[in-house]
Amino acid sequence: MDFAFLLSALLRLLPGVPLTLQLAFISVTLGMILALVLALLRLSGIRPLEWVARAYIFVFRSTPLLVQIFLIYYGLGQFPAIRYSVLWPILRQPYWCAIIALALNTAAYGSEIIRGGLRSVPEGQIEAARACGMSRFLVFRRIILPLAIRQALPAYGNEIILMVKATALASVVTMMEVTGLAAKLISETYRAVEVFVIAGGIYLIINYGITRVIHMVESWLTPHLRSVPAPAVVEREDTV
Amino acid sequence: MNDFGLMTVFSFGPGGWGAAMSAATVMTIAVAVTGFIAGAIIGAFGAWAKISGGRVVRTVADGYTTVLRGIPDLLVIYLFYFGSSAILTPIGRFFGANGFLSLPAFFAGALAIAIVSGAYHTEVFRGAYQVVARGEIDAAYATGMSPALAFRRIIAPLTLRFALPGLANIWQLVLKESSLISVTGLVEILRQAQIGAGSTRQPFTFFLAAAILFLLISSASGWALQHAEKHFTRGLRRG
Repeated sequence: MDFAFLLSALLRLLPGVPLTLQLAFISVTLGMILALVLALLRLSGIRPLEWVARAYIFVFRSTPLLVQIFLIYYGLGQFPAIRYSVLWPILRQPYWCAIIALALNTAAYGSEIIRGGLRSVPEGQIEAARACGMSRFLVFRRIILPLAIRQALPAYGNEIILMVKATALASVVTMMEVTGLAAKLISETYRAVEVFVIAGGIYLIINYGITRVIHMVESWLTPHLRSVPAPAVVEREDTV
Repeated sequence: MNDFGLMTVFSFGPGGWGAAMSAATVMTIAVAVTGFIAGAIIGAFGAWAKISGGRVVRTVADGYTTVLRGIPDLLVIYLFYFGSSAILTPIGRFFGANGFLSLPAFFAGALAIAIVSGAYHTEVFRGAYQVVARGEIDAAYATGMSPALAFRRIIAPLTLRFALPGLANIWQLVLKESSLISVTGLVEILRQAQIGAGSTRQPFTFFLAAAILFLLISSASGWALQHAEKHFTRGLRRG
């Protein structure tokens, strides 16, 4: 093992970490909002809206993410109407194209997770809230959504990790995040195995960190499931 | 060029890209199926290691599934495509071939898919094996079957039956993952669409065509797998 090379590879790849995290964070956040909207559409009970959400989820889940990125980054420029629109300064940049594609993609998977969470809220809880006189919106905000989030969190954590992995595809549209830098370094040095070990290690550490954070949020949201800490034995010296 | 529509991409007439696109579709299916099957073989060994391996074997299998599920698939593809040349070029030079040698893109891609999907296969097979009722296995041994025979006649078929929904999920993943192999230059659907987009300056049309092809393959295979599942679980009483 050539430790000098491993170290230099690490130093070359670390500058890509902020971009990887940025891409993941922004696209997960935007995707989560869209996912919630899609889940609400699917559960709205209004047929046309339901079908729009269903079609969206079907299309985005059964085509590869890379095709979606290419459609947005290379494809949209085909239309003069878009090239001359106000959106072009955004759609011209690989950064935003990658984020848009990632967000649209994760929204399709996320909405199914959120839908499962929303549907898991027991009917009795909703009735109780209604009986207390809460308005429909208040019930949603105070009762349904918090319970749904708690239920959906573990599955959503998996989706977030998948998204961190998916940011690697942004390297194909010239973004120099960890995988992009790794590919560049491999083509310069032809030492694929060493670079792979370092890049893979970086991703593993990022994903391990995210897993820990999700676990913490989960235990914070489910205080009733935490094991009760053993009562501390208070020792007191009795002074008689 | 304004009349250049989706129909031209799929047409087989002069100026049409139909022949190229269907060849690319065959390539996508071929590489995905190869990767999937090889992944299933890895997964079978992985599951066996996790279920009945010793502590060392189990740790290795756990490490394999944890690592492969935590790093991007694209990195694995780069590893096999570029990494193979790092190993093969010196060997080739030793035998007198000069120049740059690497695994053909097809095998590097299929191997990468196999290694990645093998991690998922491992978990699916392990989960399915645990659902198989202990009594059925005990009964097989009680009737005097050897372990190999019990595995072939009882354990493997039952495990496969319970694994089917999970395998269908992996297949959909593998199919979509196969598009990543386009970065190595293998002419599958996405690469062919890139070529078409480059030479006609109609990227949206071609990538849309690629999306439609993937959608069709995934829907058709999803439908077939659902029927297979229904067929193979027809003897199962649902609780």
